[in-house]
Amino acid sequence: MSVASQDNAMKTGRAARVFIYVFLLVFALFYLLPFFIMLVNSVKPLSEITGGNMIALPQVWTLEPWLGAWSTAQIGVEPTGLRPYFWNSIKMVVPAVVICTAIGALNGYILTKWRFRGDTLIFGLMLFSCFIPFQIVLIPMARILGILEISGTTTGLVLVHVVYGIGFSTLYFRNYYAAFPTELVRAAQIDGAGFFQIFYRILMPSSGPITVVCVIWLFTNIWNDFLFGASFASGGAAPMTVALNNLVNSSTGVREYNVHFAGAIMAALPTLLVYIVAGRYFVRGLMAGSVKG
Amino acid sequence: MAVDTSVDLRTRLQNWLPKIVLAPSFALVLIFVYGFILFTVYLSFTDSRMLPSYGLVGWENYSKLFRIREWDVAIKNLAIFASLYIVICTLIGLFLAIFLDQKIRGEGVLRPIFLYPMALSFIVTGTAWKWFLDPGIGIENTMHLWGWESFEFGWIKDRNMAIYTIVIAAVWQTSGFVMAMFLAGLRGIDTEILKAAQMDGASNWQMYRRIIIPQLRPAFLSAFVILCHLAIKSYDLVIALTGGGPGNATAVPATFMYSYTFTRNQMGIGASSAVIMLMTIAAIMVPYLYAELREKKG
Repeated sequence: MSVASQDNAMKTGRAARVFIYVFLLVFALFYLLPFFIMLVNSVKPLSEITGGNMIALPQVWTLEPWLGAWSTAQIGVEPTGLRPYFWNSIKMVVPAVVICTAIGALNGYILTKWRFRGDTLIFGLMLFSCFIPFQIVLIPMARILGILEISGTTTGLVLVHVVYGIGFSTLYFRNYYAAFPTELVRAAQIDGAGFFQIFYRILMPSSGPITVVCVIWLFTNIWNDFLFGASFASGGAAPMTVALNNLVNSSTGVREYNVHFAGAIMAALPTLLVYIVAGRYFVRGLMAGSVKG
Repeated sequence: MAVDTSVDLRTRLQNWLPKIVLAPSFALVLIFVYGFILFTVYLSFTDSRMLPSYGLVGWENYSKLFRIREWDVAIKNLAIFASLYIVICTLIGLFLAIFLDQKIRGEGVLRPIFLYPMALSFIVTGTAWKWFLDPGIGIENTMHLWGWESFEFGWIKDRNMAIYTIVIAAVWQTSGFVMAMFLAGLRGIDTEILKAAQMDGASNWQMYRRIIIPQLRPAFLSAFVILCHLAIKSYDLVIALTGGGPGNATAVPATFMYSYTFTRNQMGIGASSAVIMLMTIAAIMVPYLYAELREKKG
């Protein structure tokens, strides 16, 4: 997406241009409206929602739903709010992303600069692991976590995310290092630099862009994961997505829609923030993860 | 002599070091991916219920699986969902990309707006759309308040229509991403050919149909593979939007596998459904990945 706009543009009449702008604006509205409605309704009192128009601005602005979702809403059986689960997700996502990125960088370095017989096969096996439906590993994973006595813990989830994130992080770094001049590595080898020295001194300093891509990709994927969280940590160690689903689906009594929306925005905020700060890299990451092999 | 051997040892260590460093992650992938796949395949031939058990029963789970009505529903739903989702996302993505590529003022603002849903969790998307689609408080209610009394949109409560609400929410989430893929493809096309065609008097329609769209083949292929993959794996969105309901009207293979394995204690059948899912994805991904790795070598 960093490619500069070039001249594919057609010579179009005035009517066609008006049509194009209308089409684009209608879709912009389609994408924006749901988030706008969530935001507006998260600062309305409940009475205005059930009796009123969902698109209207609040008559009385209130932060109550946000405070409720954060610290007092009923999640499952405990009225803890989403706060503890938000921290669970942070404690899960940070170590998993750091470990996965470090391993991926080393793997990419080895698979491009220290090639050996069968390395393409190893890479192929890692690559395919990115695309399996995770249902195929749920049963044995539950057993292994039980045997290791880390089922239902954040540690267990970190392990799961590291294992199934290695494929992607290796893919990113391999594709990136493949374009890095191998002569530099060979020259350093002749000068007597070792395996790790070459990595630290020569490859690491120029790995900034791909590290950003890899971190964003892993962060959004792991933060947004629901299947593993629901399968392996549904209790007190549940991540944010599982807690949000519990909040929305199992609340007894009156459905507090405004609280649900505040919670949904909270769950979306970290990835949206990452996206706003580094959106252009996010796109590049999505592309690299999908288009290249 | 002594110096020689130590140098020799050092080079040898250096030669082994890369493999030693790579070994742990390769071992993890072998065990946690391929070992686990084998284990699940094995379980699919056993009489496992609540816990894995090792009494072999042959193909019984598979023949049972295909006689279960809910699996039938799940397969049909996946077929409806996947085909609509792929076609609609591709069409919207393609048109948005082509239109955005016409030197649009404000492209820098529009692009992130089209893309941001991709950053959200499917649970968040599901929570939001569940509410808009709810006839009592969502869009239907809003239309009534605006005076369009006869407006009806109750698909999410309708057994026959609920699966289409999942298509709507999924398209909302991913079509912008497909747009980004096509836009990158469009920006990579050689402009010289286009100029030559224009000189020869080709119309806009001809240019797109004959030159530009054929050149987007790789983007079409990648979009197709990614969307297939997302469709077969879709679990979160169904859970958050409809919970598989009403009844089991929106069950898909992913929810079927989960409920048979973990809530209905039919692990053997759950495992066999997971194997079918893997086979379906492998049939799409393996040729694609193989071709990609091949190209790199050549």
